[in-house]
Amino acid sequence: MTLDVNLLRQDFPILSREVRPGIPLVYLDSTATSQKPRPVLEAMEAFYRTNNANIHRGVHTLAEEATAMYEQAREKVAQFINAPSAEQIIFTRNATESINLVAYTWARANLKAGDRIILTEMEHHSNMVPWIMLATERGVELEFIPVTPDGLLDLDVYRTLLTRSPKLVAVSGMSNVLGTINPIAEIVRLAHAAGAITLVDGAQSVPHLPVDVQALGVDFLAFSAHKMLGPSGIGALYGRHDLLEKMPPFMGGGDMIKTVHLRSFAPNDIPHKYEAGTPAIAEAVGFGAAVDYLNKLGMQAVAAHEHEIVNYALDRLEEIPGVKVFGPTADKKGGVASFTLEGVHPHDIAQILDRDGVAIRAGHHCAQPLHEKFGITATARASFYVYSLPQEVDALVNGIYKVKEIFG
Amino acid sequence: MDDLYRELIIDHYKNPQFRGHLDPNDIHFEDDNPLCGDHIEVTLRVDGSGKVADGRFDGKGCAISQASADLLIESIIGKPVEDVKKLSKQDVLDLLGIELGPVRLKCALLSLKVLKAGVYGLGESSEALIE
Ligand SMILES: Cc1ncc(COP(=O)(O)O)c(C=O)c1O
Repeated sequence: MTLDVNLLRQDFPILSREVRPGIPLVYLDSTATSQKPRPVLEAMEAFYRTNNANIHRGVHTLAEEATAMYEQAREKVAQFINAPSAEQIIFTRNATESINLVAYTWARANLKAGDRIILTEMEHHSNMVPWIMLATERGVELEFIPVTPDGLLDLDVYRTLLTRSPKLVAVSGMSNVLGTINPIAEIVRLAHAAGAITLVDGAQSVPHLPVDVQALGVDFLAFSAHKMLGPSGIGALYGRHDLLEKMPPFMGGGDMIKTVHLRSFAPNDIPHKYEAGTPAIAEAVGFGAAVDYLNKLGMQAVAAHEHEIVNYALDRLEEIPGVKVFGPTADKKGGVASFTLEGVHPHDIAQILDRDGVAIRAGHHCAQPLHEKFGITATARASFYVYSLPQEVDALVNGIYKVKEIFG
Repeated sequence: MDDLYRELIIDHYKNPQFRGHLDPNDIHFEDDNPLCGDHIEVTLRVDGSGKVADGRFDGKGCAISQASADLLIESIIGKPVEDVKKLSKQDVLDLLGIELGPVRLKCALLSLKVLKAGVYGLGESSEALIE
């Protein structure tokens, strides 16, 4: 099955806007955030128009409807990643909060000075800084799976690091800079054999690839709705049932408790134990609609489409003299192309492209250590999603030629 | 030619007149914009009457950050250091002759920040210097 991209683009109102009069939008920044299809926008608006109420506490009709819609969204998200049960999905604000939740609860309850955590050099700051904070506070040791010059994880070094009994392996499913799709099933299998718990930063992999937590065997998986056609302000943490049962609560407040006395409380059952306060209810409904939309397209078809487009993008980019693309070959990566152009700072590239409506990102993309590793401060990044067209790659390439002309 | 990347900017980026490092110097300061890795170093010589006798900048970064540094140094040579202390954000924008969004403004104003921290003899630069 292939995507009918021209047809599905009609579901995304923003894609038909002009950036300036006569200049249509060419949106190549979906790795930062995706655009939202009409069913997501409509589900959220319908919720506010007809069902809005706080959840889990009212007995009136609207409260019951809202609670049912919120919990139904949790079911959808659980099924999307093949979680064994919906109570293993905790709604958070985003992938970053999901990772922090694990760092503040599981890690602080289980790790002590001298314990080791394995990360990778390609992590986004959100799967690095929470662990650096823990290392500083607790004296936990951080180790890093190196990234090879062609943008892959060095699994030989990983095997060696595993001989030192790490307690946690935290890796991204897909790099937001290199696009590298990491071999998560193998990484998890090796980690478990060494007795470590695993956390996968799925901020990029869940939106772009079929992800099955049971097949991968992963213990924790973090992701954000806004990168997968859903609204900002909501994300999810999947966790293994026994781990979620045992971990201490994260934030304290309403909803996360069973009973409260003046000097004590009993935490609620999972997942509510980790969801203090009024959550992003309309956003959860939108998240559910986004998952429905992706299911309708089929994640195999989504991945195949992105693969095709990134393949074409790499071919076209590599034919431009002075352009250097970072990361592995197209067969090992998702829809991300990060590059530099000799003699031109990525900011200048992005700004000149913006004049023609082409939206790309320039900077270190929250992966400063990875850029240091490659000896650069910044890259320009074009990224793709379900609605990306080959003509948009052509617009990018034409723009780069224009940059070259200006900087001649 | 794209109005945003006026010939002037590309010119000063590609063929800077004041790129380099003065040694010895009377004023030396450097700093960077961690967001994009732009880096600017400024060195100045001051004569007996308190005027800028010579100046150079060095560094790396986008066309706007480097061109604005070159234009800025050009504009202060021969001027009293006391006047340099009074330079504002608008002075740099006038030199560049373009409008900039908030992100690129940081690139454009890095050299002014560095220059002013230098002439004030401060240990570190701050946003307050360019307001
Ligand atoms: C690989 C990766 N991890 C984590 C994040 C953080 O996502 P969020 O900002 O939604 O928490 C991102 C977003 O850029 C990402 O690309």
